[in-house]
Amino acid sequence: MGKVGKIARRSFLIGSAAVLGGVAFGVYRVKTPYGNPLEDGLSEGAATFNPWVVIDGDKITLIGPHGDKGQGVAHSQSLLIAEEMDLELGQFETSFGKPDKAYWNTAMAEEGVPFMATDTGMVAESMRGVMGGVMKLIGLQGTGGSTSMPDSFDKLRRAGAIARETLKAAAAEETGINTTALRTEAGHVILPDGRRLSYQSLAKAAAGIDPVTKVTLRRPDQWRLIGKPTQRLDIVAKSTGTQIYGIDVEIPGAVKAAVRTNPRQGGGLNGFDATQARRMRGVKDVVEVTGGIAVIADNTWRAIKAAEAVECDWGKAPYPSEQDGHWAAIEASFTEDKLDKIWRNEGDADAALRSGAEVEAEYRVPYVAHAPLEPLNATVLVEEDGVTVWTGHQFPRLLQQLVGAITGHDAEQVNFINHYMGGSFGHRLEFEHVKQAAEIASKMRGTPVKLTYSREEDFAHDFPRHPGMARARGAVRDGKVEALDLQVAMPSVITSQMGRAGLPVPGPDSQIAAGAWNNPYGLPHFRMRAYRVEELAPVSSWRSVGASAGGFFFDCALDELIHAAGADPMEERIRLMQHEVSRKVLEAVAEMSDWGSPLGAGKGRGVAFVESFGVPTAEVIEVSATDAGIRIDKVWVAAEVGTVIDPVNFENLVQGGVVFGLGHAINCEITYADGMAEQRNYDSFEGMRLYQCPEIEVRGLENGDAVRGIGEPPVPPAAPALANAIFAATGQRIRELPLYHHINFV
Amino acid sequence: MELIVDGQRHEVDVEEDMPLLWVLRDELGIKGVKYGCGVAACGACTVHINGEAVRSCQTWVSDVDGPVTTIQGLGQPGALHAVQEAWVELQVAQCGYCQSGQVMQAAALLEQTPMPSDAEIDQAMSGNLCRCGTYPRIRAAVKLAAQKAQGA
Ligand code: FES
Ligand code: FES
Repeated sequence: MGKVGKIARRSFLIGSAAVLGGVAFGVYRVKTPYGNPLEDGLSEGAATFNPWVVIDGDKITLIGPHGDKGQGVAHSQSLLIAEEMDLELGQFETSFGKPDKAYWNTAMAEEGVPFMATDTGMVAESMRGVMGGVMKLIGLQGTGGSTSMPDSFDKLRRAGAIARETLKAAAAEETGINTTALRTEAGHVILPDGRRLSYQSLAKAAAGIDPVTKVTLRRPDQWRLIGKPTQRLDIVAKSTGTQIYGIDVEIPGAVKAAVRTNPRQGGGLNGFDATQARRMRGVKDVVEVTGGIAVIADNTWRAIKAAEAVECDWGKAPYPSEQDGHWAAIEASFTEDKLDKIWRNEGDADAALRSGAEVEAEYRVPYVAHAPLEPLNATVLVEEDGVTVWTGHQFPRLLQQLVGAITGHDAEQVNFINHYMGGSFGHRLEFEHVKQAAEIASKMRGTPVKLTYSREEDFAHDFPRHPGMARARGAVRDGKVEALDLQVAMPSVITSQMGRAGLPVPGPDSQIAAGAWNNPYGLPHFRMRAYRVEELAPVSSWRSVGASAGGFFFDCALDELIHAAGADPMEERIRLMQHEVSRKVLEAVAEMSDWGSPLGAGKGRGVAFVESFGVPTAEVIEVSATDAGIRIDKVWVAAEVGTVIDPVNFENLVQGGVVFGLGHAINCEITYADGMAEQRNYDSFEGMRLYQCPEIEVRGLENGDAVRGIGEPPVPPAAPALANAIFAATGQRIRELPLYHHINFV
Repeated sequence: MELIVDGQRHEVDVEEDMPLLWVLRDELGIKGVKYGCGVAACGACTVHINGEAVRSCQTWVSDVDGPVTTIQGLGQPGALHAVQEAWVELQVAQCGYCQSGQVMQAAALLEQTPMPSDAEIDQAMSGNLCRCGTYPRIRAAVKLAAQKAQGA
């Protein structure tokens, strides 16, 4: 059992090897729900119906276990519960809850399965089921992979419905009226005579009965909140400076800490001299932490300044010290022994290309940092019988384990209070800062320690998006795309990231191929091979992960082929598209952008389509080539998500994803020199600024039957659509990001 | 040193070169003012001094020569400033971390240029980075706030 358990635990996030252990636990345990964490410490007369709803005194609290990094999920999770529970916005509070197995993320498991999201065939479905089981056994609560809505959509609506029906049953018991004669509205059970019993007044009675679990969910045409514009619950706080983030946490008696660890990531500390730092005002201590030093002071700025004043002798980087070395390693990886997996092999690409290729091209994407605007931070208090951690994080339960291992506590003794996050883009899936805060706090038990990264430290230790290269050979015939042989080489982000979390994963890494293999086109000959580059600089999941690179590779290559064939970029993509729902996405964006209408001189349109996280997304970009450089005039986006849960937030997130994709495509990269990231602040890693931001028109399509998340899918098509538009406007094919190495932007 | 922040007088005993940002956040506990970059590259720390938008991370506390207004003094949840009203109405924020600075920058712009052109908005607001990419809404909200102020 132990061995099987280990395999299940270790393989949960990857593709093909992931299912090894899952079934061995048997269906029974997988199907039994976990207990309700809200039952602990419930006060007299308070009621909880499931892990997502609690009524205590006057207060109704809805638990949304997915962390909010800005994607608005605190709001949308509560919409789902409130919809079924008949609560109005304003009648309840929200909480991220405490870490618990009950909050396992079923949908996250699905993305680990190496089937195209568009493939709902039998095998794919049963693999997904098994993965879901594995996730549950691990009790993995996580936010990422655009899974919050897929994970929550049924679960949270059901939780709301159970609460509603249980409250009705309680009212029936109190009044002797049959439940069928009762209805609910705005936080009350309504009796046939019109009398209204508030949920709060029924809590005590409801606590005494078994929750009613046979419930019927409302039909979409009955929805009051889902799909309707609502005011985000956090919008006033976020417009008035009153939203509290991890970096704003002030625990009485806390000291402020700053760290400096080896900017050659993973390298050691040979020695340090803190004489000067110790003399600086407000400095209480300088201590060693893994890979570096920490300064403890009475003020964050003093701590950061003193940390900078410590002279450190850093060890060597465990990867090539110069950027050229990274590219050389990637270039050398298109070899048989580095082949990770052949992801697609349709027709006979070799035969089709034997007589030559019309397109032969090589593409590159660089390392890019996450750099959310709120620098990493964590406040930790270590006491004899437990630990408390205050910060915003995407993996609450892993955090508990990793902190407990440092402080010498069981994971259950680590109390984690999740906070709104000032962005993440994947940065807050990482644990180094939390571990460092725990290390420092361990040395000063009883004193809360608040660690804040300087922006420079944050950049230096941003495990960036993995870099990669692709080689494409393709053929056309009779004005049509005939064959594409695409090879992609990248280091494995899953190996790097999960390795740091202590979860080594075997098997091919689907993120080397993401965006490049899972396109529902039907080329007569298509082969997609993924090569695994040795581990270089440590890397991490960056908003849309592999698809941010793979989408660029595949779609740019396809665009080149279409032009070589002399076909229309939109028409040919639509002709090649095999997946009905995806075709509608292309057709929608064509219609929105009035594709085919004449453009003025010096203008060009580009289109790209990428499916990521189950969301087929197409973007059209229109640019002008001016004397000063490229101006992005307008972007149109169509994305298929099954159901748009919050239309206002949907539009905002899609626009933001496009800005994120475009900004990085234009001017962002992390390069290494002397083993260190050269870009340490936003002056050398700008992203998009307001003056460059085009108008962005968004349409959410609801033709598919699965509910999908929109946090990441708008990112991957942005870069290829822009590169394709630049080609259309100028005739210049740029095959490497960031684009500004090759062309100016206004 | 004496500081007037959001109408309140404070006495602080800090180094002359401590950035106003850290005096506000760590000495006075005004957390609405955000740290993003520390080098005037993001605008998250924007406050008003004598009504002008300044980057508090690049302003020595000893150089502060007038009353300071932070996001928390501009308006409150129950009594929103016109810019904040527009920000709420159009639901600008995603993570919201940049928005204190965006709102302060926009408020200062509208104070000086009540009906800014697109170019003037671009000019004034482009120093404020939003990593979440809320720019389309920021643009619209600045215009809406201008209309609101005009109508009032
Ligand atoms: S923190 Fe002051 S401009 Fe970024
Ligand atoms: S809303 Fe997140 S940085 Fe602007």
